[in-house]
Order: sequence, then C-alpha cells, then structure tokens
Amino acid sequence: MKLRRSMLFVPGSNTSMVCNAFIYKPDTVMFDLEDSVALSEKDSARLMVFHALQHFVYKNVETAVRVNPLDSPYGLLDLEAVVRAGTDIVRLPKTDTVEDVLNMQDAIEKIEEKIGRTKKTQLLAAIESAEGVVNAVNIARCSDRLMGIALGAEDFVRDLHTQRTKQGSELMAARSQILLAARAAKIHAFDSVFSDVKDKEGFLAEVKYVKGLGFDGKSLVNPNQISVLHDAYAPSQTDVDWSLEVIEAAKEAEEKGLGVVSLDGRMVDAPIIARAKWTLELAVASGMIRE
Amino acid sequence: MNILKKSAYAGTLESSDAYIHVSPIQENEIKLILESSVEEIYGEAIEELVVQTLKEMKINNILVKVQDKGALDFVIKARLQAAILRACESNEPVWEELS
Amino acid sequence: MENTKKAFAGISKNINLEDRNSKILSSIEEAVKKSGLKDGMTISFHHAFRGGDRVLNAVLSVIAKMGFKDLTVASSSLASVHDEIIEHIESGVVTQLYTSGLRSKLGEAISSGIMKNPVQIHSHGGRVQLLQSGELSVDVAFIGVPCIDKYGNASGYKGRSKCGSLGYAMSDAQYAKYVIALSETMEPYPNLPASISQDQVDSIVMVDEVGDPSQIGEGATRMTTNPKELLLARRTARVIENSGLFKEGFSIQTGTGGASLATTLFLSEKMEEKGITASFGLGGITGTMVYMLKRGLIKTLLDVQSFDEFAAKSLGENPNHIEISANEYANFGSKGAAIKQLDVVVLSALEIDTDFNVNVITGSKGILRGASGGHSDTAAEAKLSIIVAPLTRGRIPTITKKVNTIVTPGGSVDVVVTDQGIAVHPRNTELKEKLIKAGLTIVDINELYERAIQLCGKPKDIEYTDKVVAQIRYRDGSVLDEVKQLAK
Repeated sequence: MKLRRSMLFVPGSNTSMVCNAFIYKPDTVMFDLEDSVALSEKDSARLMVFHALQHFVYKNVETAVRVNPLDSPYGLLDLEAVVRAGTDIVRLPKTDTVEDVLNMQDAIEKIEEKIGRTKKTQLLAAIESAEGVVNAVNIARCSDRLMGIALGAEDFVRDLHTQRTKQGSELMAARSQILLAARAAKIHAFDSVFSDVKDKEGFLAEVKYVKGLGFDGKSLVNPNQISVLHDAYAPSQTDVDWSLEVIEAAKEAEEKGLGVVSLDGRMVDAPIIARAKWTLELAVASGMIRE
Repeated sequence: MNILKKSAYAGTLESSDAYIHVSPIQENEIKLILESSVEEIYGEAIEELVVQTLKEMKINNILVKVQDKGALDFVIKARLQAAILRACESNEPVWEELS
Repeated sequence: MENTKKAFAGISKNINLEDRNSKILSSIEEAVKKSGLKDGMTISFHHAFRGGDRVLNAVLSVIAKMGFKDLTVASSSLASVHDEIIEHIESGVVTQLYTSGLRSKLGEAISSGIMKNPVQIHSHGGRVQLLQSGELSVDVAFIGVPCIDKYGNASGYKGRSKCGSLGYAMSDAQYAKYVIALSETMEPYPNLPASISQDQVDSIVMVDEVGDPSQIGEGATRMTTNPKELLLARRTARVIENSGLFKEGFSIQTGTGGASLATTLFLSEKMEEKGITASFGLGGITGTMVYMLKRGLIKTLLDVQSFDEFAAKSLGENPNHIEISANEYANFGSKGAAIKQLDVVVLSALEIDTDFNVNVITGSKGILRGASGGHSDTAAEAKLSIIVAPLTRGRIPTITKKVNTIVTPGGSVDVVVTDQGIAVHPRNTELKEKLIKAGLTIVDINELYERAIQLCGKPKDIEYTDKVVAQIRYRDGSVLDEVKQLAK
C-alpha cells in the first residue's frame, strides 16, 4: 500500500500555495475547488488547478482535487478540468450514500472515455454527515476506484448537533466506523484536519491519537504541520533495526530455499514480514534510512 | 473562435500572481500593455506567452493589460484564460484550446 | 626629529593640551571646525543603529551647509535611511563612498551612475584591512553612541537608543585621526566599562537623538511562521547536525532573517536532546543566541553587532556576552580574528551560481541592494560555510549560471541549502557522504540551476554600460569584482 500520511489542502485560489505546495513534500497534494474558493473565483481557480496539475513540479507527487458537488453548477466543469489535467485522485465532498460515489464514478468514466485517458482516476470519499458514517461500510466497498475514505469533521459535528473539543470524544464513533469500514474494504482511512495551526502540541496529540487508532494519515491545512506529522509517524530506531533483521532473515531463508523463516530462534511468519516491510518504507520516507 | 462580449479581469495583485484585464476592440489586432516586477528579465517571455495563449484561443481583437507580480508562466496563462472566458461569457470552455 | 627632544613629544599633534578637560562642544558645527576638516578629506560613520541611525544624515547636512566639498564618506554600512546621501553626491559634497552595503534609492542612484568614482564595497573584516593598510585613512570619525561621560567613555548597552555592541565603531576610533563622539545620554564619569574609551575621543557633542530605538532592531528577531523559511531552517539544522562538527564545544555564527533565526532554534533543540553545548556564538548577535546563552547551550557570545534589543540589553547584563571589535571579529590582517576559530557559519544569498560563487550585493536586475557584511570573511575561515536560500524568489531564480556580482568566491562555500535540494561543493566528498548517510538528499548544483530555470524560464541578460559604479573589495583589499552602470 502506498504511504499516505499527509494530505495537504491547497486552496485553488491561493496562487502562492499552488506554486509552492510541492516543496513541502506531503504524500499527497490536494487542491481544493470547493469550500476554500469563493463562488466568484470558481472558474479562475479551476483553470489555475488545471494548469498546476500539468506542471512538471506536480509530476512527482500524488495529486488529488476536491471538486464541487455534482449537483452544483461547478461540479462537472471541475471534474472535466481535473480529469483532463491528469489528477491522480478526485476527492468527493459530502459523501452520504453509495449513489454519490457511483454518480461521480459514472461522470469520471464518461470524461475519461471522451478524452481517451487510460489511467483510471481514483476516488476518495469524504464522509461529513451522520448518514455518511452510517453508510461508511457500503461506501467503502462500492467502487474499485475508491482508494480511501476520509472524515470531514467540521460538517459532521454540526450534523451531530455538537462541536469539536480537544479530546475529540464527539468524533469517537465516526472515527471508529470510518476506520473499520476502510480496513474491511482494504482501502485507506484519513482523519480530518486540525485547523488551529498555531497549536503545535494539540496537533501532535491528535496525530498520535489517530495514528494509534490506525489511521493512515490526516488531511492538513498548513505546510508546517507536515514535518510534525511525518515525525510522529516515523518508526522508532528499535523498530527499524528489528525490521532490517527480519527482512535479512527472510532473504536468507529464501536463498537457502527454506519455507520457514526464523530470527533468534523464533518463527517469523508472513504478517510479520509484511509489517517489517511497511516499517522500512516508513523509515525511508522519514529519512531514517536509505532505500 | 471566441468573441469577447465585454471587459473582464481575473487574478490578484498579490506577490506571485498576476492581475489581467481584457477588453474587446474594433481593430483586428492584439494590444498588450505589460507591467511586471520582473519586466527587465522576463518581459519578452511574458509577451510571447500572452500572444501564444491568445493564438491558441483564436482571439484576434483584444486589449490585454497585465499587471504581473512575478507570476510563473502557468499562473499568467490561467489568469489570462479566466479573464477571456469571463469576457466571452463562456460557461463551457473548449479545453483543447486551453492546455 | 626636533620634536623627540621635547616633553610630551609622543602625543598626537591634533590635540590641543588645554582641550582635554573640556571635550564637550555645543554643536556639530563647532566640532567639525575644531577637527580641522578640509575639502577632499575622509570622514567615517558606523552602522550599529542600522535603519534607526540619526547621526550620518545630521552630520552630513551640517557639513554640507558649512560648504565642504569633495569628501570621502566611509560608513561601515548604509541603510535605506541614508538615501539623503544622494543630495550630497549631487551637490559635490560627497564624491567617494566606502561601505559594506547599499540599498534602496541610494543603491539605485549609484547603479544608474550618479557618482564619478566607483563606490568601494568592503566586507566587515575588509574594512579594518583597508584602515590598516592606509588606503582608507579617516580624518574625522563621527561616532554615534547611546551613552557617554564628559571625558568620552562611551558604551552601547545603556541609554534610550541602545544599539548594543559598538564593534565597528571601535575600529574607527582606533584608526581615525580625529574622533567626534555624538551622544544623547550623559553618564557620570567614569562610564565604565566603555567600548570607546576616553583616550580615543577628541570631542563630544550632545544631540537630541543618535538613533530611533524602534528602528534599530527592526524585523531582526521575529520568529518566522513562513513554511518555506522553516523548511530551510530544518534542513540547515540537519546539515549541521550531521556534518561531523556538531559535538561538544563547537562554535557557530548565524545571521538575521527568518531562516537563520529558525535554524538557531532547531539546532538548540538538537543540542538539548543530545546534551551538546557550544563554546561560542559569533558575529551579529540576536535574541535567539541570547536565549541559548541563558539556557547554557552556548558558553560565550562574541558580539560585533547586536541585531536586536534583547542582544543589546544582554551585552550589558551577561558577563559571558562579550563585545568585540571588527578587528577581533573578522579582519584578514588581524593578529587574531575570531572567525579563524569558527566551526559553522550559516549565511544567506541573493544569488548563488553553479561554481558556488555568492552574490549578496546586487539584485536580479543588477541594482545594488544588499550588503557584503561578514559574508566573505566568515565563509573563507569557518570550517563549514552553509549558504541558505530559496531556489527561487517568486519568479526570480536564486541559483544562476553566473552571479551578477561575486562577493564570496565559490571556493569558500561548502554547502548550499535550498527548498528544492541540497548541493555540496564537489571538493567536500567526505561531507557529502556523511549527509547522504544521514538520509539527506544531495543533488548536483547544476541540477538545482536547471530546475530553477525550468520553473522561471531563462532570464534575459541585464544590459550594462562600461562604466564601473562599484568595486567589490575582497577581504585582503584586492578587487574581486566590479558592478557596472545599468544601460537604461
């Protein structure tokens, strides 16, 4: 599975961010055409993102675009622009039902066919309502284009008739549901944004918490959050050393044609090897070891 | 061919952005007024980019005013196209003309 | 020869024996008269008040009114507040400039060719070298000081317009033939410890203000939240941490500016983590460095210029915060310049070329708008010199094929840190290995250049005439490069 710890929001109307986001090396850059863009700027931001996606600086980083809902006057225009421009992922806002995903999938398929795009555009569904959370299990399984589901906390707490708190108990149910749904469908699970960019401690505490729950990563609103998040997701040196030994032992066993891998007298099975590989991938991404 | 129906603008005067104003003119020509914070070293490149972009959109009678604050080419292009589509009151862009 | 037989023969000819009890004069004009200033002579100033300096403009306007012509003005540096010099150049009062920096309208005017003689741009160390060699022979030094006593003992860490260290003024006081101290606060005699001492001062003039406290440390200490600067700082701290020099007792110099200050802060986190302390911090001192001193992370600060009020205040309070002169700091010809003991220096740049040459004096349009400062001095002597700069500023590439003006030769540069990759000078093969091993991505500087051009496009060459408007003097006094007049 690809490493997707950090997904950096970049408002499509913020030229400076559009021109600079790539340098912070988030795992995914997510251009936004929806809530962060004023109605009067939808067309201009769409063109900006259309060109940014085709620019060479965004060729070596995964890109996603949050488009406007299909039932708005902007949704289809956004979609055509970003699918043409080669975005890797389209993020659906406010996904309540399986139909929302399938409608988006149909629209994308039509555009891909029209322009002859062969690389399938992936989907990421943002779940931002009680209905969406309840349907999360079915949403997560409904399309092979779906690479993940994400929690959109702001709208969700409003729908629940509550507000966000530091300890986040109001999100407990949603986080658990989304995580379970994603894991059952073998897709990614992303946590919501932490919008108080000045509160470094609060951010770090939340990152550690959602990492502990099992989330692959988090949407971010400020580039300064990336290094904090990546550091928190970095494995410990002990884990890295141990993983290196596991992989070494597995290689040795394979070379000798042994069916069973053992390390320090203990058997190492496939899930452990997979875990070790994952740890090393994280270690490489965290700059701890070289590939 | 795109026909400009009115004057329109797009962009901002923030650093790394460009503010572009377009209006239709009677004469069959491209008039360009450029002000740029990097005029000495990139003025000619920006002029070429504007002319090329207009050519791709098949626009022949236009007055373009560019106030550039050190924007990269793709930003200038996006702003120019946005201004023109607004001036043409076009809701359905011809994407092939815009790439 | 006759003189040697007389009593008091060893004292300076300029000193009138009766004057020595009453140095205080009523006006700048009176002091100028008394100094014996004549047309064609050289006067000097220092820049410890930076953008808040009130001395240079006041003195020059008096001198202009008095009708002097054809003067050489040697200021350790010039800021945008000094644009008034333009009038004095136009009226023929000032015909030659020596300075470390030129900015704003003055820089533009010089670049457009308003002076007949090229401005001499020197480094902070190089200035003392010029004083020492005699090329720069100061007839009258005007030294603004925050406080003074009636006999001339002056210091910078007390008074309303605290500027902290008077490191540059100390060298002026040492070499000038006649020294006029200007101050706004009179302290009881003796005002000790003093940075400028009684035996160096000829006359004293009390003025309303020598500086504007709100402008002295302007912008120097604000901790940045700019993501690009923080990214550069984090990367720079990692380079230092893995350079092999990051060990107990190491020494460091960083400058002002967001990335530099943040580097200091990130580094102090690593120092605490690993239990490492630095032996000294050098050069222009900031509040961040003072913070490290107070936390015991740095043992001593050697301060030639205090960049903000925290540093200025600390100089008077902390016994381990020491004022040093420009000669002790960076002079090539000094018997002992602290830069020779320096491990790591973090420097900025307007341009860096693929030969690692650095320009800190002319902007992308060829206009003088920067300062040589201690750049070439520290880069040459520190064991590790790191240049930190964004790959592009807006659409302006920082990495170029050839810099507009060389201030620091590439041979002095070890590492270039940009937001889009780190380049190591090819001669540092061992350092490169160390950094790669630490997980840092090292790229060829030509790759950085290609990338910058890919982003911005190839800039058009700037057109110059043949007229030289400024000469870049290297730290040994030689002419390293020339700045030409802009064509239009």
